[in-house]
Amino acid sequence: MASAAGDGHGGSGLPDPMHQFEIKRLVPLEIFDIDASFTNASLFMVLVVVIVGLFLFLSVKSRSLVPGRMQSVAEIMYEFVANMIRDNVGTAGMKFFPFVFTLFMFVLGCNMIGMVPYSFTVTSHIIVTFALAAVVFIGVTIIGFVKHGIGFVKFFVPSGVPAPLLPLLVVIEIISYLTRPISLSVRLFANMMAGHTMLKVFGAFVVALGALGGWAPLLFMIPFTGLEFLVAFLQAYVFAILTCIYLNDALHMHH
Amino acid sequence: MDPAAAKLIGAGLASIALVGAGIGIGTIFGNYLSGALRNPSAAPGQFANLLLGFALAEATGLFGLVVALIILFVF
Repeated sequence: MASAAGDGHGGSGLPDPMHQFEIKRLVPLEIFDIDASFTNASLFMVLVVVIVGLFLFLSVKSRSLVPGRMQSVAEIMYEFVANMIRDNVGTAGMKFFPFVFTLFMFVLGCNMIGMVPYSFTVTSHIIVTFALAAVVFIGVTIIGFVKHGIGFVKFFVPSGVPAPLLPLLVVIEIISYLTRPISLSVRLFANMMAGHTMLKVFGAFVVALGALGGWAPLLFMIPFTGLEFLVAFLQAYVFAILTCIYLNDALHMHH
Repeated sequence: MDPAAAKLIGAGLASIALVGAGIGIGTIFGNYLSGALRNPSAAPGQFANLLLGFALAEATGLFGLVVALIILFVF
């Protein structure tokens, strides 16, 4: 977002709600005229990977038969994603469990760490979510062609349709297939950005009304913050489950 | 008209897309609840579909929000 004012304040005196999405260069770096600086976005991505990795590593380190608290949480997460794949893709999809689990944990970690005050939400930038969605889209398409060969193009021909309608429907199917990465990335990005902007705007109301009148918007802030935590989890879940559905389409092709 | 004013009006108009998202989310949760009260034993099995429908309905409204943001910050 190019609008963010330098001091974080808009013209109206209230804090600029877009200021939190500003990318700052922490370690400037240029490789062959490409700006490859280590930014606050990169820092939080590294942080998420380290936290998720450390958590999973430490929680299964002891590997006891009766799980402790941390091991239980890790097992719940594992079972959650594993059941998601079994229900939506079938046992053939368990080959792709590591990918879906990594994707889910990364998106969940990014969303949740963004809820910490003064932190940075990596998934509120469309280029990050689009990169994730593009990986899913390209990967799923390649899997479809590897599994079914050139017969995968039959995926775009719906069965049981009168022949005169086919040219129209095939075009619609191809367009809807090609919009998948866009809808997948925009859903996550727009949810995270809209949520954080809303929290910031309401937070500014609390400050602007002061100690006397600020209690009213503060009462709204508390459930909204809870809702944002729900959305943060839900969007990670939806991202993972749509990946499963796309995988299922590529593996089984039934329409 | 002042182009800046037209920009702001356009962004406001694009936000109307959220009306559709509100109707869609309300329909999904309302129908889920009425179905769940009729047959409570089948309700947990459809919870994943509920969340999926919620996310899909919400996304269409958020596309309108993205259009508003593009009008405001890109042009």
